[in-house]
Amino acid sequence: MNYQFKAASLAATAMLAASSPAAAQSLDQTINEGFASATGWFVSFIFSPFPGTTFPWIVMWLVIAATVFTLYFGFIQFRAFPHSISLVKGDYSDPNDAGEVSHFQALSTALSGTVGLGNIAGVAVAVGIGGPGATFWMILAGLMGMASKFTECTLGVKYRNEYDDGTVSGGPMYYMTKGFKERGLPAGGFMAILFSIFCILGALGGGNMFQANQAHAQISNVVGDYPGWITGLVFAGIVFAVIVGGLKSIAKVTEKVVPFMGVLYVLTALVILIMNFNMIGWAFSEIFSGAFTGAGVAGGMVGALIQGFKRAAFSNEAGVGSAAIAHSAVRTKEPITEGFVSLLEPFIDTVVICTMTALVIIITGQLISDPNTGLYLLDEGASTIQTVDDNKGVALTSAAFSSAIPFFKYILAIAVILFAFSTMISWSYYGLKAWTFLFGEGQTKELVFKVIFCIFVVIGASANLGPVIDFSDAAIFAMAVVNILALYVLMPVVKDELDSYLSRLKSGEIRKFH
Amino acid sequence: MSRKFVVGYDGSDSAKAALAFTTDLAKVQDGSIVVAHVLEWSPYSFLTPTELEERHKRRGEELERAEAAILAPAVESLKNSGLEIETALKYGHIATTLGAIAQESGANQIVIGRNGEPGLTSRVFGSVAISLAQAAPVPVTIVP
Repeated sequence: MNYQFKAASLAATAMLAASSPAAAQSLDQTINEGFASATGWFVSFIFSPFPGTTFPWIVMWLVIAATVFTLYFGFIQFRAFPHSISLVKGDYSDPNDAGEVSHFQALSTALSGTVGLGNIAGVAVAVGIGGPGATFWMILAGLMGMASKFTECTLGVKYRNEYDDGTVSGGPMYYMTKGFKERGLPAGGFMAILFSIFCILGALGGGNMFQANQAHAQISNVVGDYPGWITGLVFAGIVFAVIVGGLKSIAKVTEKVVPFMGVLYVLTALVILIMNFNMIGWAFSEIFSGAFTGAGVAGGMVGALIQGFKRAAFSNEAGVGSAAIAHSAVRTKEPITEGFVSLLEPFIDTVVICTMTALVIIITGQLISDPNTGLYLLDEGASTIQTVDDNKGVALTSAAFSSAIPFFKYILAIAVILFAFSTMISWSYYGLKAWTFLFGEGQTKELVFKVIFCIFVVIGASANLGPVIDFSDAAIFAMAVVNILALYVLMPVVKDELDSYLSRLKSGEIRKFH
Repeated sequence: MSRKFVVGYDGSDSAKAALAFTTDLAKVQDGSIVVAHVLEWSPYSFLTPTELEERHKRRGEELERAEAAILAPAVESLKNSGLEIETALKYGHIATTLGAIAQESGANQIVIGRNGEPGLTSRVFGSVAISLAQAAPVPVTIVP
């Protein structure tokens, strides 16, 4: 997930505070305070720790779910991994279906919604607070999150709506209503409404305002300070042209450049790792020892664990339900195949890309340790590890990459902007699906949401609405509360699909076309 | 022995020339013609969420349009030739798909029109003619 890392938003705050006129500042303050007092209870409820611990219950909720799905489906993420790859390659695609949405396309579209700031900045926050050991827990959470994705995306395809004109709508709200009804259970409709409300709020906040805010922070980082509303208007104009005007060309360019940027990012990280190949062993020993001893980091081992799990969840959205919306358009007779394909998503997002970021930060020596004891030195507040030049969040990642390849910070800035844009396009769609679920489909109703969405782009870029962003993050996690509850109820459906599919695969009834 | 020709047809002037050439050939050789149109498509291209949602609908529209605007006029123009005419309409990589159509229909030859001068694009990415020459399962004739 591409938002919620406070350090960077604080940096953006400072920048905006310096540039905003006094009048706007007071207006921002009024909005902030009003919003904070109205929604603060909700934010602190979602992020509140277990009694007697510092462990946020919402993180536990996601981890337990991932563990349950992993065990219930017998480590499906490892068993089905090779089959998932051949599905994406198109080995099982009927050539007569050419021209329909392929597994690869559904996967790449869903990925462009999740790969982004979470991978670049979120990881830096995790390692900056939890130390190298956080990486271990992040990878573990990514591996287990694959089972959550598998479950939700299978259901997303199975219970999608297919309309007479050939379009489709899918996602948690549809499996909640149709799936619960099929099993004769109550409350499906209520949960779907609740989910849709959280989804709209999350789309406007984390999927929109936070992205615009961070994109502006990045641009002003490179070209110097200027008012955020300018960025906001430009972004809103482009988003408007794409989602309202149907301007395909911009979307097409982004959708082509974003995967390229992702590949470039991973390749650059690999080059840096190869340049320092003699330190890779050391980096992994730091990761493993840090994971279980929490050597010298804030909160010790538990601190590393919370950070790792939290950032993995923020980054790959497993269990949140958003991916179920993106994946449901694929052309397949077997819903389970999309589940197989979707389990690659947390793998690529978290296990590969996030790990690359973490390794580069560790290997380039951004975290300062005591030369005598080898323990990491903490900042004055003792909450974060001291870093070279005191970089935090996206600046830490940028510094790590630039220390090996100096001009990379410019490429990274472009990548952040494009990732932010593609995440906004994806979330505008998720939000719209929830909106039409609540209010019905229709051009005017859809236009209302799209215009609201564009207005929030300007707000997000021009003002620092910390509480609003906190609230929208809380809303996205609230999506996970409702969604996972539904997944527990419906997981036997997925089990039946899985058993039937695997037996037909074994008997040769399902065969390769290529 | 009756011969079957697959003509790669997109309604362009060179495609019309290819079709005319094939018609003459087929008349002489007592053959039949498959008028084939391929809609360029890669399963590895990138789409936005909205495009994903509408893909199935758009695909139907695209097929309808190609049938009406490209294939139907071609068949109409051959109505009085006395030849047996089939059509094929598919998505995919153009050269590969033309090859597959030839194989499926049991054709003996593929005929295509030449696509103008060799430009930079075709130097870098190759052209349909070159790809077919390299990979086609049956002889290929290129009509200027």
